[in-house]
Amino acid sequence: MHIVVCMKQVPDSAQIRVHPVTNTIMRQGVPTIINPYDLFALEEAMRWRDKFKGALTVLTMGPPMAEDSLRKALTFGADRAVLLTDRFFAGSDTLATSFALASALEKISTEFGAPAMIFTGKQTIDGDTAQVGPGIAKRLGLNQLTYVSRIVELDQAADKIVVERRAEGGVQILSTRLPVLITMLEGVNEIRRGTLDDALRAARAKIITWNAADAGITDLTLCGLRGSPTIVKKVFAPSPRAEKAHKIPTADVPVELLAENVISEIFKRQPAVEGDLMKFSAGQ
Amino acid sequence: MIEERFDAIVVGAGPSGNAAAYTMAKEGLKVLQLERGEYPGSKNVQGAILYANALEKLIPDFREDAPLERHIIEQRIWTMDDKSYVGMHYRSEDFNEERPNRYTIIRAQFDKWFSRKVREAGATLLCETTVKELLRDAKGKVIGVRTDRDNGVAFADVVILGEGVNGLVGQRSGLRSELKPDSVALAVKEMHFLPREVIESRFNLKDNEGVVIEAMGTITAGMTGTAFLYTNQESISVGIGCIVSDFAENGATPYGLLEAFKNHPSIKPLLANSECKEYAAHLIPEGGYNSIPELYGDGWIVVGDAGQFVNAVHREGSNLAMTTGRIAGETVVWLKRRREELSKANLAEYKRRLDETFVMKDLKKYRRIPAFLHNNKHVFGLYPKLVAAAAQTWFRVDGADKLSKEKEILKSFRKGRTLSGLIGDAFKLARSWR
Repeated sequence: MHIVVCMKQVPDSAQIRVHPVTNTIMRQGVPTIINPYDLFALEEAMRWRDKFKGALTVLTMGPPMAEDSLRKALTFGADRAVLLTDRFFAGSDTLATSFALASALEKISTEFGAPAMIFTGKQTIDGDTAQVGPGIAKRLGLNQLTYVSRIVELDQAADKIVVERRAEGGVQILSTRLPVLITMLEGVNEIRRGTLDDALRAARAKIITWNAADAGITDLTLCGLRGSPTIVKKVFAPSPRAEKAHKIPTADVPVELLAENVISEIFKRQPAVEGDLMKFSAGQ
Repeated sequence: MIEERFDAIVVGAGPSGNAAAYTMAKEGLKVLQLERGEYPGSKNVQGAILYANALEKLIPDFREDAPLERHIIEQRIWTMDDKSYVGMHYRSEDFNEERPNRYTIIRAQFDKWFSRKVREAGATLLCETTVKELLRDAKGKVIGVRTDRDNGVAFADVVILGEGVNGLVGQRSGLRSELKPDSVALAVKEMHFLPREVIESRFNLKDNEGVVIEAMGTITAGMTGTAFLYTNQESISVGIGCIVSDFAENGATPYGLLEAFKNHPSIKPLLANSECKEYAAHLIPEGGYNSIPELYGDGWIVVGDAGQFVNAVHREGSNLAMTTGRIAGETVVWLKRRREELSKANLAEYKRRLDETFVMKDLKKYRRIPAFLHNNKHVFGLYPKLVAAAAQTWFRVDGADKLSKEKEILKSFRKGRTLSGLIGDAFKLARSWR
């Protein structure tokens, strides 16, 4: 069984800062990581790869430095890594990204065998759209299962997959046929460390690098900024709503009364909070 | 388990491990380097000053692409009391040379660069891989390492331990005892960001010129230690460190000392309006010559901080690390070429070569200094106060005649430390310095 995981290198959002004057994101010097949601997809994919003794390819689109993320995925235990990189891809929105990735996936199918499953994380932490996975599925005509929390059953012979999907107000149990595109939910597994052999293999591996032409893309107007109808009108950092803040003076309050003082002050200003808390503790 | 056998396994990707791995890989040896951090430099902390000479011996043209901050044209050495400093400054246009002698660096960036050079030379680096213990054969010769990864065993003819100050692998494998609190310093530092122009006008610099300040005195609250302030391109590194056993005895906190140092009237204006974006702490082995552990054995060599190679008096460490790493690498290459075994008897060559370098000569010269400072704490409290008071007496114009001022200064010293104390200190220091 061939499985592909599509992942993205993203700036570590925990360390990103917004420029106080220009309101733009300061990317300089911010470390990059594998999109954390993609790690759940990767681990899930590796478990099924191990079970069926299949092969796992990781695919990413990004600048040349995205190679670091692919190498890391190899350290975790992926078998093969493909980097899709070309200046024509710069400025891609989700439409253009899913086009480029779908093209690369077709090339992967002919080169390394058609994947039975394609995994992605449920969304990225930088764009947060959750559109690229479904976009790929639509372009490749795959069945799509989004927000999957568990793969209950996978029967290759019967060509059947059953999953649990998180939905509003409950869990759906869905069944469909392969090949399928799955976007994995967070917290469903924990990425493995990878053996020493995996680490050595990753350190020496050659990352397969394709540009647009290599991926079989002929119409460059569908790529990058030109292929992206999304227009970013404005980027801003929400300002702290200071006018709603109340300062609770504590300077003259003895230490032992401090907590009580602050809490009663909060209750005085927000009576509803007290009611909610009472209800909550009664329910416990 | 890695089936393939390596010529050498290097533990750690800091200056010493990188120097060793680079030297061996460049000569065609098969080198596996293991680093516990996420990337080389992620666990490393230093002031930091790079002494060019030690790196030049490895990578002569490092200036072309290494991430260097500022070359140092001015050194300030201060003794401080609570309100003042008495300083010796040396600034020279000679330091604006084609191949400057000292640079400030930011280790996270520098170590990444150094590691890239090591990998380009042909070594294989695995990060996020912690070596847990050394593997030995029936005769006790070290034949490889066990890591924290699954199937995590790898074999080599020699293991070079550049694992840093804690030296846990060596300790666990019985090569050395635990660090002693009185031979290790705990240092804390912060990075304060300021626009380049502000730094240059504050310190009277242009282009990539830099200033460093090393300070001692009442700022360490009577403990053995020093503080520093280094100028980078767009930031200032400021830190302070003292011997761990002194911290334990004194009860002072490292961050408390740093706060006080930053707020000292002589330091505060230098940091005004800066933004602290990073803080770090690290141990520094400062026991000197007498605390150097066993440096080699059957199938193993120790380099860098793990071997206590720090010259605390001159604030040198990374250059000693690079030099010991290079010489360890050269020794292994030399033995391999001659098809000699990497036995304890043959690896004694490492120590012989080291004895011929500044590393051992300097550490030997200052071997009595740690004990002298440990037993003469007034060097850090009383003397800075006396010196500052003397300077004030001397410079204040108040109608008193100069001879009376001289007498007053002498009297203050004799009152503070008695004549025999003063002579004794001078004698002991001279003897330690020799």
